[in-house]
Amino acid sequence: MSDQPQEITQDMVVVGGGLAGLTMALTLKRAFSGALKVTLVDPHGLDPLPVSGRAYALAAGACKMFEALGVWDKIEAEAQAIERMVITDSRLAEPVRPVFLTFDQSPQSDQPYAYMIEQDHLLRVLQEALRLTDLTVVKTRAGHVETLPHAAVVALEDGQSVTTKVVIACDGARSPLRQAAGIGMVMHAYDQSGIVATLGLERDHHGVAEEHFLPSGPFATLPLKRKRCSIVWTERNDRVKHYVSLSQEEFVAEIEHRFGLRYGTITLLDQPRAYPLRVGIARHFVKPRLALVGDAAHVVHPISGQGLNLGLRDVAALAETLIQALRLGLDAGRLQVLQEYETARRFDTLVMAGLTDTLNRLFSNDLTPIRLMRDLGLGVVDRMPALKDLLIREAAIRNPAAPKLMQGIIP
Amino acid sequence: MSNRRFQTQSPQNPPISTLDEAEVARFDRLAETWWDEFGPMRTLHKFNPVRIEYVRDHILRHFQRSGDTLTPLSGLDLLDIGCGGGLLCEPLARLGAHVTGIDPAPKNIGVARLHAAQSGLPIAYEEQTVEALVAEGRQFDIVMAMEVVEHVADVDFFIKSCCQAVKPGGLLFLATLNRTLKAFALAIVGAEYVLGWLPRGTHQWDKFVTPEELEKALSYGGFVPLDETGVVYHPLRDQWRVSRDMDVNYMLVASTKS
Repeated sequence: MSDQPQEITQDMVVVGGGLAGLTMALTLKRAFSGALKVTLVDPHGLDPLPVSGRAYALAAGACKMFEALGVWDKIEAEAQAIERMVITDSRLAEPVRPVFLTFDQSPQSDQPYAYMIEQDHLLRVLQEALRLTDLTVVKTRAGHVETLPHAAVVALEDGQSVTTKVVIACDGARSPLRQAAGIGMVMHAYDQSGIVATLGLERDHHGVAEEHFLPSGPFATLPLKRKRCSIVWTERNDRVKHYVSLSQEEFVAEIEHRFGLRYGTITLLDQPRAYPLRVGIARHFVKPRLALVGDAAHVVHPISGQGLNLGLRDVAALAETLIQALRLGLDAGRLQVLQEYETARRFDTLVMAGLTDTLNRLFSNDLTPIRLMRDLGLGVVDRMPALKDLLIREAAIRNPAAPKLMQGIIP
Repeated sequence: MSNRRFQTQSPQNPPISTLDEAEVARFDRLAETWWDEFGPMRTLHKFNPVRIEYVRDHILRHFQRSGDTLTPLSGLDLLDIGCGGGLLCEPLARLGAHVTGIDPAPKNIGVARLHAAQSGLPIAYEEQTVEALVAEGRQFDIVMAMEVVEHVADVDFFIKSCCQAVKPGGLLFLATLNRTLKAFALAIVGAEYVLGWLPRGTHQWDKFVTPEELEKALSYGGFVPLDETGVVYHPLRDQWRVSRDMDVNYMLVASTKS
């Protein structure tokens, strides 16, 4: 690891030190026995980040990917296996919630359906792994990218610049690099926000994740290690402010109202935070010498828990495209090369964005005919093993066309 | 006809050459657009990865090298005959090979030199023919003539010269178009007239070469094919892939009988 050189020429520049950016940088450093020259540009560099309190479900493909990157053992130490998923659909006032869909472990293996992992731990593990590589870290923001025929120059806010073959923008949903490149985003903002909080439970959750489809939106409880769980509580925007500003006791009472009392006394472990819900997709994922990854390329409704998994799948697909190009001695920043990544990801992303949007519209609805339809729908799904299996495989992102890294192979 | 052509050459003439003047002029006009991956050479750019992969994999196997480095071909001397704008030379140079690219069209060499300089790649480009290199006694670990055979005036003599340019124990790669009705339909009617992928007149069907003819020509130079493969286009994925179907485009790798 070296710090802030004056003028650097690199094979690849990763902009953004979040989950997508760190995983991207680590993947590139794992290829060719670490021979690729990679720079990470982020104001925090590899310093510890502020506590986020967020948690993610890692699908099977993502776990395989971290295994191939040599970091799964450390992640697993803090990962809670989801052994069972319960999905219910009801009005808040109804005392008994019919269970319409249950997912036990994934059908073809003894692997859990997914693992819950806290963002802070995941970031720590990735940063630690990168500190052991010779990754160049520049602690500043990237301003814009100037594209030359044979290279790209990333202008940095501190006045320096980095010349590189490929710039990988992992700089989040508001991606300054995407905006500077003039790539538009098709975006839909919901009239909903996701309230996120971490709870302590008196009794163990035994790895059960629950998703209750309430009229205002889904309410999910996701199991964490040490008798804790993460909640994602979707509410209409006009009510969100009220809920987040509640006192601890009042908030817990609202949770119990939705969650029930089967886990005993609930304690609130952090300050609830609200995230506006949006779904959006960039008009292009690539330009010559620039590729958008993760939230910079797409944001999805968190209902299906696929935001991070989609981002990791971007990382896997782009890494495979770049590494394959370098194996053939091709200039990896050429549009023809980068378009392979776009082709590989766009369909998948659109399907996922469309699917989560449809699910949300379907479930955030109190009209009886629609409720009846979706109740029947989920009931039917539960009785058809093949369809359920397909849904699980989709949810777990494990299909034959998965990028190599998601099958546990460094491409 | 081809035999008559050399018999008319007097021994005093500069090195006997198999190139066809009209063919050189035709490619010369295209030279400036060699590197526009969405321009007239789009098809060749699309085709490039599959042939590089073939060449790379066979070199790694033959010379027993590991592929897990950025420069697995380092230290190998490689000659690309009919290098055009350098579409094959540059990737192979990036993989570490010492590349020499020759082309009889001066404009191609000009384009190739300029582009290599911009890419920062040390490639030796020469406005030269393989026959001239052989006359000078120059040899290489790897010799390639990709999509060239179908443009030369005398296939047997050209292949023999290619064989002579290979160091003992080295490899010779050839890629060309088969002389079948399918090749006529796809490579000429389809690619040049219907799809407009290639400028009309790029190929002449009667100059296409069958694998049997190529093998026979190789045997005159003391070479045998180690592997042969077809290359086909998948329209839905807009990708070229290796295939057992050698009816249209095909590639082969050959070495001396051991």
